[in-house]
This record gives sequence, structure tokens and C-alpha cells, in this order.
Amino acid sequence: MLGYLRADGRKGIRNIVLVTYLVECAHHVAREIVNQSGTDDVHLIGFQGCYPNEYSLKLMEQLCTHPNIAGVLNVSLGCEGFNREQLTKTIEDSQRPVETLVIQKSGGTRTTIEAGLEKVKELRAIAAQAPVVAMETSELVIGTICGGSDGTSGIGANPAVGHCFDTLIEQGAACIFEETGELIGCEQIMAERAITPELGEEIMKSVEKAENYYTQMGYGSFAPGNAEGGLTTQEEKSMGAYAKSGSSKIHGLIKPGDIPQQGGLYLMDVVPDDTPIFGFPNIADSAEIMEMVASGAHITLFTTGRGSVVGSAISPVIKICANPETYKNLTEDMDINAGKVITGDATIAQVGDEIFELVKDLASGKQSKSEALGHQESIITYKRFDAIGPSCLPTIR
Amino acid sequence: MLDSRFVLLGNEDNVFVCCERVLAGTEVCLEGISVALNTNIDVGHKIARYNLKSGEKIIKYGAPIGSTVSNINFAEHIHMHNMKSDYIASHTRQNKSGEA
Repeated sequence: MLGYLRADGRKGIRNIVLVTYLVECAHHVAREIVNQSGTDDVHLIGFQGCYPNEYSLKLMEQLCTHPNIAGVLNVSLGCEGFNREQLTKTIEDSQRPVETLVIQKSGGTRTTIEAGLEKVKELRAIAAQAPVVAMETSELVIGTICGGSDGTSGIGANPAVGHCFDTLIEQGAACIFEETGELIGCEQIMAERAITPELGEEIMKSVEKAENYYTQMGYGSFAPGNAEGGLTTQEEKSMGAYAKSGSSKIHGLIKPGDIPQQGGLYLMDVVPDDTPIFGFPNIADSAEIMEMVASGAHITLFTTGRGSVVGSAISPVIKICANPETYKNLTEDMDINAGKVITGDATIAQVGDEIFELVKDLASGKQSKSEALGHQESIITYKRFDAIGPSCLPTIR
Repeated sequence: MLDSRFVLLGNEDNVFVCCERVLAGTEVCLEGISVALNTNIDVGHKIARYNLKSGEKIIKYGAPIGSTVSNINFAEHIHMHNMKSDYIASHTRQNKSGEA
């Protein structure tokens, strides 16, 4: 594998110029700059809200300094509450080139788009000079999420991702699984896998927090499609989702935007702290993927039963389909057919190995299906988190 | 002997999971017994491995995934209409049982 070496020593598998909008009011201008740039290595992300929020600022900072990013153009309206000065400083500190256009000072839509296209051209020229160096599996950060789960997800796709995670972790990679609200019912078995009893307690607490949070919201993380696909309860969905974590010890409990500093398996606690003030923890799959990317994921492994077509800005998504009927319907969007497990045509280990090979291919430049189709979804929402405690990241191995 | 259209995910489980759609009236072989299904069963859905009493835990992957809310017969469909979460209520779009 070859990676793009960044000044902070991290290596990217893509060499992307990022255009951001810092409030919804700047979205159209930023999107036009991306669209008119006429290349697929210029990506768009942004934060829609006008009120400032520490979590969304942290996510934007981590996304703009992701190892796949070579340089950034921020598009601001001018009066929004987003702290663009801090974002700019964080990007500068990472030694990436950063440009900011403020629409209220740039003469409006057309002139800002024209100025933006010039800036993007300059940023791409700088990106083209990024040193390309050898990259090892141990330098990868891989995330996993599930979406549109059904009764097949826990039979084929999720255990196959677990198998792939075991292989990646054996070779030193950092792997992240989530959603504590979708692990309700698995807290005891997860706690037993923690490398220290204190981390186990933190994991128990994070799932209790999720249960409490979702109870206050009035819904579990359980959609009608889950039920149509044969899943009946939150804990049943959880048990299926849990299989994505494989069998390694759990090395840490992180929150969105925390980046694993060494290899191992990490659980991401995505449920906000304190009483609910901003609503549902993750409003759609793309919000979960963005959090994985903000925590450094080079690739996200997305398992589905009912089907999904999404990809992601910044980091590619591999879609692993558990349901053979869905695979037939959505073949052009699915990278891996894990339905072969149900039909008896492949074992979980064989599909897991297939995912592992595809991870390495993507890290060598091959495009995933969603990437080739131009999918670059992204959502960043409002949340509130306390920093993680010391027992969440034990230093022993 | 287990019909190839169903799978047992854990030895202690009291449900089988459907791997290939089976229509109502079809004879399937479960636990060495031949039985006709009384509803259609879709891929991913569960049927009872034994006769189950109301309030019993449903075990899948060797772990409890909720409790029955009524008596359930051997080979009967298990879903929203006869079981519930022990944690948090599930919701569906049309409150339908998910039977195809």
C-alpha cells in the first residue's frame, strides 16, 4: 500500500482538497465551487447551524486535518457563530494550506464562486506535491457501522466484518465500532472484553447512558425497516450489530473525533452526555460515518440487510450486504455479497477475508462502489460531550 | 435435522432464523419433526424452536433478546405481535407485525 504523507506523520489513502461551508447560508456557494471544479478529488462538507457548538467545531477540525486531506478552502457567510478563526488555526497548525472566503466581503455568489475556483486550483497544485510513501496495515484506522439492518445482518455481514477486524487488529491496525445505543443488551459481554476492569465499568456506564437517553427520546435506535426485516427488539438488533466487533479485546472507549493513537479495538460512545438537549444521537447513517472519519477512519465498513447506497466525503465506504435478495436488487451499490453465507456458498471467514483484501485494495487506490458512483454524503449535527476519562484509554496492552 | 431454509444461531437458542422465504402451508423439518407453517415467513424472521410460555425469554445468538407476551407454539412466527424488548419499546411505521 502507498500513502500520502502529511506533516504530522499520519498517512492518507486519498489526496483530497476539502471545501467547507461554515453555515447553511454558505452551502450553495461552497457546493458550486466543488461542482464547477470538475474533479472528484475536491470534496464538500459543512456545518449547517449558525449557533456555535464545541462538538461540531471539533468534528470540523478533525475532518479538515484528516490524513486524506491535502488542503482546505473554508466558505463562510461572515456573520455565523461558527468559530472560523479556530478552525483556520487548527488547519494551519497541521501545516496544511488553508484559504477562507467570506461571502459578505467577497462580493456575493458569483464572485465568491470564481474566487473559490481559483483557490481550489492553487490547493490542488499543492496537493499534487504530497509525498507518496509506503504504508503498512498497522497504519490504518478502520471504522464500521451498520444501517438498514435486518434479520440477516447478524448472520453473514456483521460476523464477517468481525473476522476482518480480528485480522486487521492482529496486524496492528486500529479498528472502531459503535453505536452504544445499538449495543443495548450487550454491555455485560462487552465489559468482560475490556483490557482493564475500569474500562469495563466505563463501557457499562456508556451503554446505561445510551439506554437512558433513548428512553427519554421515546424511541430506541430501531427503525421500521428493521422490523420488516425480521428484527423484533433493540437488544436483538444489538446482538447482531455487536458481531461486527470480532473477538479482540476492547482497548479503549472513545468519543467522536478522538483518534486512536495505537492499534487495537475501540468502542465509540456516540450518545451525548448529560440530559438530551439536541435530540437524537445520530439522525442518519451518514452522521455516524462522519464521526468515524473524524476519528481518523481511512475506510468505513458499512453492513446492511435492507440496503443502502450512501458513501462518504473524505473517506471511502465499503458496503457489505447480508441479505441475498437485497444484493440482487442493489448489486451496483454493494461491494461485498455477504448473502453468500446465508445461501451456504461461503463461510463467514471467507467473506471476512474478502473484506480484508478489499480494504487493502482501497488503500492502494482502488475505488469502492459508492466512491465510483460519486457518493460523498456528510452530516454534522449538534451534540454535547464531556472529555473521556483516564480509564477510557488504558495505556497497558 | 433442520430444514436448510432455517438456521440455528446458538445451541441454547429457542428460535430458528429464516434464510429463504417460505410460504404458509409449506412443510418444513424442524428438530426432526415435519410441520406445516401457518404464516409466510420471510428471510431474517424467527420461528419458535419449542412451545413457549408467555413471559419466557427469547434466546438468539445464545443471548436473551426480549420476552414473549403470549404463549407461542412450536414453528410459529415470533415478532412484534408476540414478543417485546426487555429494555426499550420498538416502533414500526404501520404497527404491522412484519408478516409478509
